[in-house]
Amino acid sequence: PCCAIGPPGGADGDDSLYPIAVLIDELRNEDVQLRLNSIKKLSTIALALGVERTRTELLPFLTDTIYDEDEVLLALAEQLGNFTMLVGGPEYVHCLLPPLESLATVEETVVRDKAVESLRKISQEHSPVDLEVHFEPLVKRLASGDWFTSRTSACGLFSVCYPRVSSTVKAEIRQHFRTLCSDDTPMVRRAAASKLGEFAKVLELDYVKSDIISLFTALASDEQDSVRLLAVEACVSIATLLPQEDLETLVMPTLRQAAEDKSWRVRYMVADKFSELQKAVGPEITKNDLVPAFQNLLKDCEAEVRAAAANKVKEFCENLPEDNREQIIMTHILPCVKELVSDTNQHVKSALASVIMGLSTILGKDNTIEHLLPLFLAQLKDECPEVRLNIISNLDCVNEVIGIRQLSQSLLPAIVELAEDAKWRVRLAIIEYMPLLAGQLGVEFFDEKLNTLCMAWLIDHVYAIREAATCNLMKLVEKFGADWAQNTIVPKVLGMANDPNYLHRMTTLFCINALSDVCGRDITTKQMLPVVLKMSEDQVANVRFNVAKSLQKIGPVLEKITLQNQVKPVLDKLATDKDMDVKYFAHEALSGECLPYEYKKLQWSSMLCVLVYARPQLLDSS
Amino acid sequence: MVSDIISTVEFNYSGELLATGDKGGRVVIFQHEQESKNRPHLRGEYNVYSTFQSHEPEFDYLKSLEIEEKINKIRWLQQQNAAHFLLSTNDKTIKLWKISERDKRAEGYNLKDEDGRLRDPFRITSLRVPVLMPMDLMVEASPRRIFANAHTYHINSISVNSDHETYLSADDLRINLWHLEITDRSFNIVDIKPANMEELTEVITAAECHPHQCNVFVYSSSKGTIRLCDMRAGALCDRHSKFFEEPEDPSSRSFFSEIISSISDVKFSHSGRYMMTRDYLSVKVWDLNMENRPVETYQVHEYLRSKLCSLYENDCIFDKFECCWNGSDSAIMTGSYNNFFRMFDRNTRRDITLEASRESSKPRATLKPRKVSTGGKRKKDEISVDSLDFNKKILHTAWHPKDNVIAVAATNNLYIFQDKIN
Repeated sequence: PCCAIGPPGGADGDDSLYPIAVLIDELRNEDVQLRLNSIKKLSTIALALGVERTRTELLPFLTDTIYDEDEVLLALAEQLGNFTMLVGGPEYVHCLLPPLESLATVEETVVRDKAVESLRKISQEHSPVDLEVHFEPLVKRLASGDWFTSRTSACGLFSVCYPRVSSTVKAEIRQHFRTLCSDDTPMVRRAAASKLGEFAKVLELDYVKSDIISLFTALASDEQDSVRLLAVEACVSIATLLPQEDLETLVMPTLRQAAEDKSWRVRYMVADKFSELQKAVGPEITKNDLVPAFQNLLKDCEAEVRAAAANKVKEFCENLPEDNREQIIMTHILPCVKELVSDTNQHVKSALASVIMGLSTILGKDNTIEHLLPLFLAQLKDECPEVRLNIISNLDCVNEVIGIRQLSQSLLPAIVELAEDAKWRVRLAIIEYMPLLAGQLGVEFFDEKLNTLCMAWLIDHVYAIREAATCNLMKLVEKFGADWAQNTIVPKVLGMANDPNYLHRMTTLFCINALSDVCGRDITTKQMLPVVLKMSEDQVANVRFNVAKSLQKIGPVLEKITLQNQVKPVLDKLATDKDMDVKYFAHEALSGECLPYEYKKLQWSSMLCVLVYARPQLLDSS
Repeated sequence: MVSDIISTVEFNYSGELLATGDKGGRVVIFQHEQESKNRPHLRGEYNVYSTFQSHEPEFDYLKSLEIEEKINKIRWLQQQNAAHFLLSTNDKTIKLWKISERDKRAEGYNLKDEDGRLRDPFRITSLRVPVLMPMDLMVEASPRRIFANAHTYHINSISVNSDHETYLSADDLRINLWHLEITDRSFNIVDIKPANMEELTEVITAAECHPHQCNVFVYSSSKGTIRLCDMRAGALCDRHSKFFEEPEDPSSRSFFSEIISSISDVKFSHSGRYMMTRDYLSVKVWDLNMENRPVETYQVHEYLRSKLCSLYENDCIFDKFECCWNGSDSAIMTGSYNNFFRMFDRNTRRDITLEASRESSKPRATLKPRKVSTGGKRKKDEISVDSLDFNKKILHTAWHPKDNVIAVAATNNLYIFQDKIN
């Protein structure tokens, strides 16, 4: 409330202090938005207070402000990461540690993570001495804290101080990390497991081999699968660090064990990280170990795992060593892929469908026609629309290799079925692929088979579909040109202007809005404009004000003389319409800018339009 | 008042706090007072620490159903920082609450003086940064997360997983798995709803996570069976890995057999080796390694077997009694009627009936064992089956995780008993 009273320049007070005073007071305002606003301007406050008072007064106050809402604490944690100059530069950066330390112990993960991120940031601004005197003790305090929140935060800080401290302190840090890896609470072990890779990267290679590997092995056989699965991620970083000859003995036993873990979540993680693992262990181990492991994952008993592995099929094949890639794919991978095409689970099939087309570029024309094509065709006929959509959306890869004609016989029924799917989101998805398909199939095929569909969508009962259909027409005209438009779609679009349903009449206007530009002046002036002008006499006000909007939209395409002689009289007439909104949009079209009057009325009536359009959509999606 | 009826009782992991929920949607938390020198014979009392309204009555407009505010279950989370967290649930919505202390208050404004009067905004000559001053301890309860819209039927159980990041919630037909930090998504792990509801033969009555193995949970059914599932095996746990069922004794079969065999509560022992189930007349202890029969069976109120007909008529036969273990798993406790509750010592096989009532339990007095006469002739100090009050039922009890302190909810009264220190 205080901020409402502006200080128009005081007699003896310093006016420049007033806004800062408001900001400081609002740090404690009851309204969380105002508090948040103040915290986001913390640098302004600090600047006004000066470095000395920021250190001695502001920071102590902030250190104890951890009762606040998460979003305020989150903003505070972020601000403090950029505060070094405001407390007096790197010499004093350690003053920021107490508030960040208390933020690193709150229960809210996002806040804690942000505090850790800021601590990592300011650790770089500490001198090596300050790092040992101030920062490292903080890490130790967090690491040996009573509550697991502080211990989880500590896990993220080891790697930033390790490279810059003396060897005695390094030994202590390694010891602390070891302790946390065998913490009683799974939360802490998980945090340690997720930072294991990062920590390994800053360690000397000898310690990686002696310390990290034993921790990695222990975490990878933790009793809780939620910990084990995080070790898979660490596996990638560790494998990258080790020389090839050590991988077999130090990493592979654990990785093999993970790929066959009793828990599906761990196997899922292996499948999910498969490409990274493949790169990390190199071609030789991939050939001997990962290929069979991947086959097993593709045949896993849990659908989630199969889906994750199916997602990686293309990437895995791509990254196989080139010399015998084709042979490995044909003899080991393809048989599994064939089985997945008729999997019982639709998520598995749809994951496969999103990548399977990519195999054709790897295997080349002959293999594609002989082995992959039957699979594509089978997936195009799948009962699940998502599978078919995923195939259609990736047609371009096949087009490059064998040309789309091979597929067109099966493609068409699949497209038609999707185009008429009961779910409007499915219809929407297929519309979005139409321009792409049109480009690949060519105008002849398109006119013959798909044109009717594109026109049918214009009178779909869901607004989102009609809208997408209009946009689709524009893209088709961009592809096939204005002549094609004039012969095939313009007559049909204009025909809808006489439809008894006003929503369809409006679709004509929306189409004209979208098409006038790509069709050019000639078609717009001779064919579209007369229809638009005629519609200005429509009974429905929504149609009339859309006429005004359309005229404004197509104006730039028309000649000046046409505007003067044909468009202006109609707009002038609409400007005297009995309906408020028609008047408004007519005026807007005439002047080219918003009129200030009846602003609220406008909002309300455009709301109404939205409701009118939105209703069928809501019903359908329920 | 009906809204005062206690509907759940739960100690936290340390036993320092005790939470109760009631029919009015309130949660009351009691804190264990530190030992006082004046009364060294007592281990300290539990005093009210915080009270808050957890759930409000709601109305589901789509189904035209009232949603009661009654707290069905409370579960504490492992302590993660100075604050305490608990999950509370009514029939539909689970909430995560934070209970925290505050003992400092910021003082000093720039635009107001100490007594709250506005200062002249034009005469600010210096900036004041607020200072934190000590104040009387204040306990705040704030809702941190609301897990809603995932249950079509009534939630009967919630259970926090030993991985500390997930928990499960069970209703009559489904069990969902949640992440404690994610409210807009939950995973359905068990669904026993038949395609045709007319084929429905059993419902889920309770579910609980294993205390140490984060992948194991059990759920009990109205048919008296318990299924143990392993979440490692698959994302959906429709197929169980173990099935615990005691074969029915054909000689005692009656019209009521199925009703009284329905399990009203299932609890893992602290060790994780055993689990205990409560049905209408008995408590059973199962070894997780033996599925075909329980290792121990304790009769809670066998004398009611001849009264089942009238208990059916007054609906008491559908009462859902809970049960609990003591800290060392050597004793178990469960409730009965007439404000009686029963304790069984697993080692000596001795059992005792005690009464929670104002008359019989004066503060600091020792509880006297009670006896129900079952034979023809009633001895002195015995109470006859016919004079039991079936409106006074003890459904909810809790045992301190370490000490011999128990909490017993008798309708709208909470009794806390502890064993005497010599």
